[in-house]
Amino acid sequence: MPPVIEVDRLTKRYKRADSNAVDGVSFSVQAGEFFALLGPNGAGKTTTVSILTTTLSPTSGSARIAGYDIVKNAGAVRKRVSIIFQRPSLDLNLTAEENVRFHAILYGLYPFRPTFKSMPRAYQQEVQRLAELLGLERDVFRPVKTFSGGMQRKLEILRGLVHRPQVLFLDEPTAGLDAATRRSLWAYLKEVRAESGTTVFLTTHYLEEAEGADKICIIDHGRIVSLGTPDEVKAALIEEYLVIDAEDRATLFIELRRLGVPFTGGAEIRIGLNGRSVHQVLQSVTTPLSVVKIHSPTLEDAYLAILRDHE
Amino acid sequence: MSELNATLTIAYRDTLKFLRDRARLVSTFVFPFIFIGIVGGSLQANLGEGAGYNFLTFTFTGVLAMTLFQSSAMGIISLIEDRENDFSQEIFVSPISRYSIILGKILGESIVALAQGIGIVGFALIIGVSISATQIAVLVPVAIATCLVGGAFGIIVLSNLGSQRAAQQIFPFIMLPQYFLSGIFNPIQVLPFYMDVLSRVSPMRYAVDLTRDVFYAGQAEYSQVVLNGLPHNVAVMFAMFISFFVGGTFLFVRGERNR
Repeated sequence: MPPVIEVDRLTKRYKRADSNAVDGVSFSVQAGEFFALLGPNGAGKTTTVSILTTTLSPTSGSARIAGYDIVKNAGAVRKRVSIIFQRPSLDLNLTAEENVRFHAILYGLYPFRPTFKSMPRAYQQEVQRLAELLGLERDVFRPVKTFSGGMQRKLEILRGLVHRPQVLFLDEPTAGLDAATRRSLWAYLKEVRAESGTTVFLTTHYLEEAEGADKICIIDHGRIVSLGTPDEVKAALIEEYLVIDAEDRATLFIELRRLGVPFTGGAEIRIGLNGRSVHQVLQSVTTPLSVVKIHSPTLEDAYLAILRDHE
Repeated sequence: MSELNATLTIAYRDTLKFLRDRARLVSTFVFPFIFIGIVGGSLQANLGEGAGYNFLTFTFTGVLAMTLFQSSAMGIISLIEDRENDFSQEIFVSPISRYSIILGKILGESIVALAQGIGIVGFALIIGVSISATQIAVLVPVAIATCLVGGAFGIIVLSNLGSQRAAQQIFPFIMLPQYFLSGIFNPIQVLPFYMDVLSRVSPMRYAVDLTRDVFYAGQAEYSQVVLNGLPHNVAVMFAMFISFFVGGTFLFVRGERNR
């Protein structure tokens, strides 16, 4: 099966900008995958999503969603995607049902009717189902402003799935939510994904939100820093090394040179572990060691290093 | 068919939002009252005798057209700010034609403006402007046309301004001269040639004049108050609506995508 999202050397330079906001980015996402675009603020995440959802023209490069070109077939792409924006996209003075209804009509699912009662049966049942899923019941006929922030986000996600999109874009959906609400939103999204099988394209600057993804793409300054499964990204970004020391340093140095093991001396002696097993190294050294430590940073350390470089 | 449904939905949403926002509901009625009540009243008291026609009525017709035109135009100007807020974000990523979106928006803002128009007519009746049932009946289609042209004027202005900030700063400079060049409070039967030219390129002039066309029809003051005949005004407004709407939407969409 061809990938549901194919991005090829996508580039965007805003008018009057002296550098590219997105700079020759290429990747693909398989149907049903959970894809996370991770990067610091201003890395080009929202720009990428805006281009993929056809509200912004790329400067060069191309992208296809469900086989449709995002420039030539913008209408066909729009029908097949849904986006949850950083900023809430609900009308607060309108009821939850009205917000859902207007969305459904804009996507051509039902004809326009001014009231819930005059809408087709199928629609009424759908709303009932959504209300049950959210635990809202009668509250669907109350203005959205009476709901909690977390409930509003959940409603937006459910609304976004009403037209059965092939790809659900989530642009930093947890911004401004507290930790507990964030956690419950992720649990909820997991359920939604299991139930609908929709491809999820998430942008975030929180590493822990990306760790559960099938594929992670880290971007910075509009360029891809790392792309792959969380394990692959970890392997590519993280450098593991062995720290050793001995009472008799001079003898150790001579021995390491003789064995052909590259090392860096200093306050501690570091031996890179790229493709070399700890066991192998230790077995070959006969000088009595006073210190043996394995340095194995987390993905978070690696990501923080990228953020530091960014500043 | 789904395009029409979408257009109606967008218009309906605007109307609902207006009706559920009490603060906005109240504030929209205050401004015109100042114009008709204070400006019209004082002009009538001081100059009415010499003019040969009632200034209060003259100002009422002018303010009615001006309010409808301006309210629709301003509603459209808010689109730039809107598209980063609330449900409007959804509208711009939905799979419907941009023309349907803008048309729906113009219709919605027209309905909001017409609600204000009802308030103005009510206020005018209270302060003693004489308006017959026939006059109200003929004003309805003219009021609708005025709103539509105002909305289309809004989109052509918006499409030529880069940002919401620019729009808010420049908009008063586009509207204020039109108040006087369109003869809302001041008679413009006789104008120096350069002002006459400016007056003829003011879109609002045609809406104001069309309102007076139908309001003063068959009355003694007609020739003193009205500038152009009804067919002339209708033709100009129709041409403005089509060209502003099509050209404005095209430029607006292009500007939004090619940032």
